[in-house]
Amino acid sequence: MYSEKVMDHFNNPRNVGEIQDCSGVGEVGNPVCGDIMKIFIQVEDNIIKDIKFKTFGCGAAIATSSMVTEMAKGKTIEEALKITKQSVADKLDGLPPQKMHCSNLAADALHKAIEDYQNSQEKK
Amino acid sequence: MRRIYFDHSATTPVHPLVAREMDHFLTGDNFGNPSSMHYFGRIALNALDEAREKVARAIGASTGEIIFTSSGTESDNMAIHGAAYTNRRRGNHIITSAVEHHAVLHTVRALESHGFDVTILPVDRYGMVDINDVEAAITDKTILISVMHANNEVGTIMPIAEIGRLAQERRITFHVDAVQSFGKIPVNVDDLGVNLLSLAGHKFYGPKGVGMLYVRKGTPWKQTMLYGGAQEHMRRAGTENIPAIVGFGKAVELAVEKIDEESKRLITLRDRMIKEVLDRFPHVELTGHPNLRLPNHVSFVFRYIEGESMLLSLDMRGIAVSSGSACTSGSLEPSHVLLSMGYPHEVAHGSLRLTLGKDNTEEDVEYFLDVMEPIVTRLRAMSPLMRNSDANIPAE
Repeated sequence: MYSEKVMDHFNNPRNVGEIQDCSGVGEVGNPVCGDIMKIFIQVEDNIIKDIKFKTFGCGAAIATSSMVTEMAKGKTIEEALKITKQSVADKLDGLPPQKMHCSNLAADALHKAIEDYQNSQEKK
Repeated sequence: MRRIYFDHSATTPVHPLVAREMDHFLTGDNFGNPSSMHYFGRIALNALDEAREKVARAIGASTGEIIFTSSGTESDNMAIHGAAYTNRRRGNHIITSAVEHHAVLHTVRALESHGFDVTILPVDRYGMVDINDVEAAITDKTILISVMHANNEVGTIMPIAEIGRLAQERRITFHVDAVQSFGKIPVNVDDLGVNLLSLAGHKFYGPKGVGMLYVRKGTPWKQTMLYGGAQEHMRRAGTENIPAIVGFGKAVELAVEKIDEESKRLITLRDRMIKEVLDRFPHVELTGHPNLRLPNHVSFVFRYIEGESMLLSLDMRGIAVSSGSACTSGSLEPSHVLLSMGYPHEVAHGSLRLTLGKDNTEEDVEYFLDVMEPIVTRLRAMSPLMRNSDANIPAE
């Protein structure tokens, strides 16, 4: 049901953890639907220097979280904002159809983390 | 890779002796249609009669009360639909429980949209129906009560004999889905006081695609779903699946033969698994009743972890289990059983079910416990729901 790439990212997820004093945090999902993702970013000179995630969820939820951190790391904010649910799923060689909706929230979490960072910049 | 199968509530392997008997009816002269009068037909009819006798003997019924079907689902549908429409003039009220299999729940819901009134009984935190709730739900319009013998997700054994006595007193048709219990605990139609009872062959080392519906003589029940030939005493049209029915009969025979001995063995394994898991892992609860549960049934909720991720991790290490999480059901809702028992959504998502079988050993249980430990640690370390203070792991 899952591609080899999904299973690889599920089994060896990249960038698991939290960043203390990070530039932005994004959280999506809720316990009711069974998936919660939290993404932490560290931004320096408009570049995502570090990114980490914590996820409660199924195989697809964990794999998309891992993949999105890999895709965003080292990118500029503008480049990172171009990452979409579809591009994450494509990079994982696809997701089962029912997982596209419920468990493919990682790009949203990334965008929220960037938004959080941008809001804090405006306040400065 | 070492492979361990802990999902016997989903299905079981076909017993080699069952396969051997079935094979006999897939080859040679044993292909006949039991409705034919000639030599080939008589061989098939003979096999059909023999299988029916084995099943009748095993559940304390007479052969005229046994109808072979294609599955437990078909048996449940036929039982409920047939009882509802046959009793339609007497009333329109049906009582069932919140934790039934979908083969029962969805059938009852479909009848609801055709003018039947339905009461769905609540369950307690063990998934148990209260006999007082059944009694309180009965009205003068009640025509059918359907309650499962044992629950597939949490293993809880329902007070069927008590409900049966009540139903008999009030002259209400009583259906029991015994798909999960047969072969694990005694199933006798008189002891349980049932009118209708469903079985599925593949849950007790028989083949898939064959089930049975018991209909007590005198029960106001007619088949209302399939139109066609006069097979099964005009109660189930369609040429009989002789190889599968022969396999079903053999599997029934084998299942009751060593039930006491095998149940004892399974209870020992089950209780060891439950004790060790609860001892080793924090934030884990047994789901279902601690004692009034199927001998082979182990089920938990692991807080802060989603069920599918546990299932996948175990599968990668060769261990097959199941989960009632939304992700494994193909819907967004976690198990209706756990929700009915009062578990919140996020906890119900962390369900894990291990159902043991005849080939499982103590070593299998040990292997599972060893494999499970790093999986729980890893997934919890990844979970945003897990506070570091809760963890049995060092904070990052």
